[in-house]
Amino acid sequence: MIAEAGLAALWLAAALAALQFVMAWIGIARDRDDIMVAVRPVAFVQGLLAVLAMALLITLFVQSDMSVLLVAQNSHSDKPLLYKFAGAWGNHEGSMLLWVTILGLAGAAVAMLEQNLAKPTLIATLGAQAVIALGFYAFLLFSSNPFARLDPAAPDGAGLNPLLQDPGLAFHPPTLYIGYVGISVAFSFAVGALVTRDVGPAFARAMRPWVLGARVFLTLGITAGSYWAYYELGWGGWWFWDPVENASLMPWLAATALLHSVSVLATRDGLRAWTVMLAVVAFSMSMVGTFLVRSGILTSVHAFAVDPKRGSFILALLAIYIGGALILFALRIGTVRQGRTFDLVSREGALVANNLLLSVILGIVLIGTLYPIVAASFGVQLSVGPPFFNKAAGPVALALVAIMGVGPLLRWRRDDAHELIDRMMLPIAAAALAGAGIFIATGGIAILPFLGLMLAAGLAAASVAPLWKRNLRRTPLFTWGMVVAHLGIAVSLAGMASESAFTRETLVAARVGEPHRVGPYIVRLDGISPAVGANWSALQAHLSVRRGEDGNWFVLRPQSRFFASPPTVTSESAIATMLDGQLYTVLGAADGQGRWQLRLWWKPYVTFIWLGGGLIALGGFLSLLGRVRRERRPAYREGYA
Amino acid sequence: MRRGHEAAGMKRGILWLPLAGFALVLVLIVYALFWPADRTVKSAMVGKPLPAFSVAPMLPGRPGLSNTMFADGTPRLLNIFASWCIPCIAEAPMLLRLKKMGVPIDALAIRDTPVAIRAFLERNGDPYRRIGDDRQSAVQLALGSSGVPETFVIDGKGRIVLQHVGDIREDDIPEILAALEQAK
Repeated sequence: MIAEAGLAALWLAAALAALQFVMAWIGIARDRDDIMVAVRPVAFVQGLLAVLAMALLITLFVQSDMSVLLVAQNSHSDKPLLYKFAGAWGNHEGSMLLWVTILGLAGAAVAMLEQNLAKPTLIATLGAQAVIALGFYAFLLFSSNPFARLDPAAPDGAGLNPLLQDPGLAFHPPTLYIGYVGISVAFSFAVGALVTRDVGPAFARAMRPWVLGARVFLTLGITAGSYWAYYELGWGGWWFWDPVENASLMPWLAATALLHSVSVLATRDGLRAWTVMLAVVAFSMSMVGTFLVRSGILTSVHAFAVDPKRGSFILALLAIYIGGALILFALRIGTVRQGRTFDLVSREGALVANNLLLSVILGIVLIGTLYPIVAASFGVQLSVGPPFFNKAAGPVALALVAIMGVGPLLRWRRDDAHELIDRMMLPIAAAALAGAGIFIATGGIAILPFLGLMLAAGLAAASVAPLWKRNLRRTPLFTWGMVVAHLGIAVSLAGMASESAFTRETLVAARVGEPHRVGPYIVRLDGISPAVGANWSALQAHLSVRRGEDGNWFVLRPQSRFFASPPTVTSESAIATMLDGQLYTVLGAADGQGRWQLRLWWKPYVTFIWLGGGLIALGGFLSLLGRVRRERRPAYREGYA
Repeated sequence: MRRGHEAAGMKRGILWLPLAGFALVLVLIVYALFWPADRTVKSAMVGKPLPAFSVAPMLPGRPGLSNTMFADGTPRLLNIFASWCIPCIAEAPMLLRLKKMGVPIDALAIRDTPVAIRAFLERNGDPYRRIGDDRQSAVQLALGSSGVPETFVIDGKGRIVLQHVGDIREDDIPEILAALEQAK
């Protein structure tokens, strides 16, 4: 019964999405207020129905109803409750349902909460949302029905990929999806504004919270995903330029560019066409993200999602949405009234530079990700890895960081270059000091990490500079947001540079009792013992560790885990986190002569990478809060920030 | 760069550029998706006789392996595997299926121990007639194989007909059967 009710809710929601689109179309084309007025409640109910369908699917997973195909394939009655729950979206059909559920919720929120946007633009936005939702409903109903029955019912489920049995990963997809959907809302706003030729500050202010929110979730998703890959895959790296990682990075880059250009549009009414274009690009990137993961077009460690047929469905959606939006852009943007102008040396100028550099990085990542496909069509097999991405994107990213330090210290419209240099003295001094310090302490390191550490110090000083001589209690929350987010970039960059320059790695064949050195640590293998968990058994190493000759001993227990269903071996790294870095240990294979392979890393300040990610997300959240608070004030509606 | 005089200053043609770029990427992706590239490694070893080797048996009671054993007139598979290799677990059912079809399968166990191999075969099934002990990967290197698992199709004269890199999946089986047929 529950499964049938879920399917019914899904069909009803799809029908309402169709209705929502038709009503928005007719309402705007004929300028019929009575029809436009009904679009909002329809959007709201459509969202509710999608939530209901998702809730019913979760119920089926929690009850372990093995007469439902999806549950039988992806769950198991022995699985811990959390993973039964998360199992609902740990598979293709469920994750697509989650996508439309979040989309429906977002549509309902736009319909209920948006107050300041001109009504036709809002209705056109909701119409665009309905088209996006319709595509995904069709996808679910025609090719990926999550509620399909299995007759006869299976005796028990087929388990879940053990790599996915991790609390971090249970919440990783929803986080990214919220981000993707937030971007789709920004896209809908852009389409709505194109339809009514209403590309101005009011549109930008309506779109901005969604971009900010989406970016908070994308940042959290990427940060968490990076940490997951770091401790779960046991390779000791934190970013692999894997296509699926790139698929989450590209929307983030586009959203970051969009966030900064939408600020120019909201505050200064400049960069109109560019902002609309970026909204389209950001949405394309999030669709490409979904598409790359779901189609398996690129081989990757995430290949458990391989399925070309479904990939082509998403590809068709991508072609319709993006192609349609770009045609609309080409037809309409020429008729949009021109925005305001500004000097090169101004806040706007720095934001344009930021946008261009972010676009270049985005282009590099996109080319690197798609290049293997191009090469394959010419019969060449290759993969593009860290050497390309680091070399190509690294220097551009460093230039971007330099601009980031300058931008917030510039005035809107025009500024004086000499005064600017005065304001930049402190950050420049900080960077020079850091550079000299590193050089003296280490005698020189590789150039990119060196520049990275210097720029990180400069940026850290520059990002708190806007607070200088200000009354901190009266500083608006969104200024705090910018400061914290930019500081987060500096912290993260410092972590990346330090990890890349100072990591110590040893691979040893260890006998019991033998001490080995890595960085400042001494690691001794005390023994190997079996360990068991709910659905796995493992070999567990008992490592005694101390820092230096007279440090206190402590214990790390890396494991090599064996999952029975499906049969899989994973290595569970054991990590000791210190204030100044992490000691990372992995247990490898035995050599049959009483020795065990151990991989040991000492990674100074590696935690800064994710700490910075957290700060970026926190900054975004503060800005969001600040913007929402200010723009809710009726008096604000006419003025500028 | 568009500063201020954005929309008005742009020529109309430029407005269609994003669409053209997108169409290009789309065509590329469609091409890659529907005409997938040939992913088999074109081995330099194909057509050549097996290099000379002779290795000890991995398990007591079962013969080891040498290149001369292959020149007995029957085409067969030479599977390179290891107990520590996860894709080998994945391909085990496919090898068992091939064995059921009457395909003889010999194997080289790479950098492994008898205890581990026995446990592996107990857990995942045992499709092998002979298992050679290639402790140092010496034979593997001579065969031009760079990883586990890999599978060679060898004809009745001991010549290599096909080198399959990676685990054998369900859809690889027709190709392997065709190569065995051709090798007769």
